[in-house]
Amino acid sequence: MQDMAQAFGVALALAGSLDADLVEIVGLSLQVSITATLIACLFGFPLGAILATARFPGRGAVLVVVNALMGLPPVVVGLLVYLHLSRSGPLGFRGLLYTPTAMIIAQTILITPIVAALSRQVLEDLHHEYAEQFRSLSTPRWTAVNALLWDGRFALLTVALAGFGRAIAEVGAVMIVGGNIDHLTRVMTTAIALETSKGDLPLALALGMILLAIALAVNAAVMSLKLTAERHAYA
Amino acid sequence: MFCNYLKKMENYMRLTRSSLAIAAAVALMAGVAAERAAAEDAIIVQSTTSTKNSGLYDHILPMAKAATGVTVNVVAVGTGQAIKNARNCDGDVLLVHAKSAEKTFVEEGFGVKRFDLMYNDFVIVGPPDDPAHVTGSSSAVKALSMISASSKALFASRGDDSGTHKKERWLWKLAGVDPSAASGQWYRETGSGMGATLNAGLGMGAYVMTDRATWIAFKNKGGYQIVVEGDNAMLNQYGVILVSPEKCPEVKAVPGQKFINWLISAEGQAAIGGYRLEGKQLFFPNAQ
Repeated sequence: MQDMAQAFGVALALAGSLDADLVEIVGLSLQVSITATLIACLFGFPLGAILATARFPGRGAVLVVVNALMGLPPVVVGLLVYLHLSRSGPLGFRGLLYTPTAMIIAQTILITPIVAALSRQVLEDLHHEYAEQFRSLSTPRWTAVNALLWDGRFALLTVALAGFGRAIAEVGAVMIVGGNIDHLTRVMTTAIALETSKGDLPLALALGMILLAIALAVNAAVMSLKLTAERHAYA
Repeated sequence: MFCNYLKKMENYMRLTRSSLAIAAAVALMAGVAAERAAAEDAIIVQSTTSTKNSGLYDHILPMAKAATGVTVNVVAVGTGQAIKNARNCDGDVLLVHAKSAEKTFVEEGFGVKRFDLMYNDFVIVGPPDDPAHVTGSSSAVKALSMISASSKALFASRGDDSGTHKKERWLWKLAGVDPSAASGQWYRETGSGMGATLNAGLGMGAYVMTDRATWIAFKNKGGYQIVVEGDNAMLNQYGVILVSPEKCPEVKAVPGQKFINWLISAEGQAAIGGYRLEGKQLFFPNAQ
């Protein structure tokens, strides 16, 4: 427990000094995870909306699969992406392994099912509310999907945050496809793993605290954005 | 709610436009990121963990960069995984410590040539109360037999086919003990890196075999001490190999070889020998 107290001190000192290496690592963490979240939303929201509104044979099975994919182990995603991006793999010629792009790809694959599955639930609930009106006005499918996405936008923001949270917190996938290379692919979680393996537990814990503070800041920023937008929308 | 729909559709169109802008920004960011990695004369070294965790690379890589202009990006994994990654062509240089596996790597055509680089040694660290009474022993084989015979002693193994794990299994063989039969009992295979295994071993009060460099640099010693050292059987030789450009056409052979040449040059060897932590030299250069 002595480590805990020490970690607080280290965390404050690190955050206070704006250590250049720390800033770089935090910056890359945010760049990778935010980009992955945006791409995952780009695919996940429409997929969720389609699953929420469409009725087709085998839909139940698809929902089970999408929901199950929320539990994708990051290490497995990392391994699959590694095998594809490896120089001996099918996409090796692109030279993407051990780059931030590879990390973005892995995290996108990891969180797209989360975004799709959660937005499907949110939009399906909303669809139940709107279904009668859609029917009475014979609203075309795409118009209905668009309306649902728009009216569900605040709930979808929380869905996006869930995806972001998973991305910024995972270590297994970025460790394998990024390689934790100093000044190139090191992010917060892989730095924490490295310091733990060096036995520097206070520093590892301090980095964890900073990561938590960043996640808190991102969530607070999104929440305030949401509140402002809501005020405008319902004013 | 629904009568405002037209207005909302207008908003929605705006949303679509902004998401297109986001997509463009994403593509741009990804492009920038890829470019950053493709810097000229940047090589990937598939490496064992001890050289990284001990801080050796932080000491020598800036000197290598100044002397050769080569930027070295290190992927530190266990020796087993490093060799596997290099076989997949995912590295330009291999720097590990498992001589026979390295020789096989070269013989099978994956590596150009193996160079001896430096050595240090393995030690066995143990809890302060030393339940197997091995302190001061200079024979690793004897110490391992005593640990296996003791009813109170635990041993934490890497269990990950790393260089350290290979060496440890070899020592068990010499001791005539098959510890895998006791796996999960007194023989605990962590399946992880040196640092993680030390953390786990310390947590359960087990003996651990570690390379000396990682141990000296390790900050969570928790009362543990070296109990066995100085056995010639525990010497730990590091080698460096350029991945074969014939097997892997994308290997950056020129900067890779430049880096290796520097490592085995008088200047590089001096840099390795000059790295000290807490007043102790961690690696002893011995390139020929």
